[in-house]
Amino acid sequence: MVDRRHFIKKVAGGLAALGSWFLLQRSSLAADPVATITDALTGKKALIKKSYRPPNYETPVNYFDAPFTPNDLFFVRYHHSVIPEVKAEEWRLRVGGDAVRTPLELTLEQLRRDFKPAEIAALCLCSGNRRGLFQPHVPGVQWGSGAMGNALWRGVRLRDVLAGAGIGESALEVSLDGADSGTLKTTPDFIKSLPLAKALDENTLIAFEMNGEPLPHWNGFPARLIIPGWTATYWMKHLTEVNVLSKPFDGFWMKTAYRIPRDRFPGRQFSSQETATNMPITEMVVNSLITNLIDGQTVPAFKPLEIKGVAWDDGNGIARVEISTDDGVSWHHATLKQDYGRFSWRQWRYDFEPKRTREYRIMARATSHSGASQPFEPIPNPSGYHHNAVQKIAIQVA
Amino acid sequence: MRTLFLLLSVFTIAAAAGESQIVLKDGQGKNLVISQCAMCHSLDYITMNDKILDRAGWEKTVGKMINVMGAPIGDADKQIIIDYLARNYVK
Repeated sequence: MVDRRHFIKKVAGGLAALGSWFLLQRSSLAADPVATITDALTGKKALIKKSYRPPNYETPVNYFDAPFTPNDLFFVRYHHSVIPEVKAEEWRLRVGGDAVRTPLELTLEQLRRDFKPAEIAALCLCSGNRRGLFQPHVPGVQWGSGAMGNALWRGVRLRDVLAGAGIGESALEVSLDGADSGTLKTTPDFIKSLPLAKALDENTLIAFEMNGEPLPHWNGFPARLIIPGWTATYWMKHLTEVNVLSKPFDGFWMKTAYRIPRDRFPGRQFSSQETATNMPITEMVVNSLITNLIDGQTVPAFKPLEIKGVAWDDGNGIARVEISTDDGVSWHHATLKQDYGRFSWRQWRYDFEPKRTREYRIMARATSHSGASQPFEPIPNPSGYHHNAVQKIAIQVA
Repeated sequence: MRTLFLLLSVFTIAAAAGESQIVLKDGQGKNLVISQCAMCHSLDYITMNDKILDRAGWEKTVGKMINVMGAPIGDADKQIIIDYLARNYVK
């Protein structure tokens, strides 16, 4: 590693070299574009750009019509701007930590060859998906509904890899680090940790394939963590290091960020990281999304209208999705489509034939096999996580 | 050196991809905001949070960038940045 302070100088130089940019900044003519900007990262189709650097891009929800979100349409979320293009043959996974018996270093080839393959369909959902819908607004990346995607992930079980290294009796958490880093040496590296039990869960994978192809660069090539049922903050991309720890990991991204108030949401599975007032976000909450209607849309009368969408939860599985076309007065069961497993989202459809030319208020509400259902208002929390309020879409029938 | 190359490539790619089209509102301190904030992130982090934070919110955010994220910004510049954000991107 080269001294990063040296980089800062160089980066400043690099920025200065982008003189046209600064000139453009000085002659501010255009109004600030609040409107949606679509932009294609290398290897991706055009997505909704939230920020260029680090790259944060969400998927337009109409693409959720496919049961598995295509790789080139899959959302992109980074905390850091330095994202090396990892070469598969140079990549190494280091397994260490104070509670490991024999530290290991594995190549991608060893990972593929020496461990039993595993495959799972699972929804990858950003903790802050729909943050932009909170009222009052909460600062942060102002995500709409597209910071998620469903994929078929293939790799090996983290627990098999950890067993190869040997887990000491004092093991408490397993930390995860990826190849990305901040521009400044002083920026806390994005490192997450899992409770040991979750790291050893049979569904927790180190994946190197997504929908039958190598992971796209922007989704973590060559290997990333898959923690089905848990929000994507733990799904470390460009995985480089896994450490078995005897003490709670106390980095910024665990201790301070990605926290929710205690007792406000279901699920409390991370005792080593809890405080008297808050806890790390863990499982997803039950949720649904209408994917083929836009608020304010006009549709023709006396013509069947297929309402489509997706529903998901933390892995209990979706028991039912109910639709209301009269602002929540009456509710009707939607048809659930093919089941790809309890960690996949579940697609659904409902046939509606509007009989009058007026406004209809459409809602969808999912219920999990756990019994949990969506609230009508989002549950407030300082960082704007877990927005799972029932959607309300008004359509004009004309 | 390899990382440095990567770092500069990231900037170039990002700028080419449209980062250069982000325009901040004119006002005192704008150039300082550009040079200091864009060191680590694109300026759409500012425009995206327009009308969301009050002055105290921007103070907290800028404080976090310095104290948590390690931005090397002194007290005088910090105040200019907060003033600019609180004047131009306030709730």
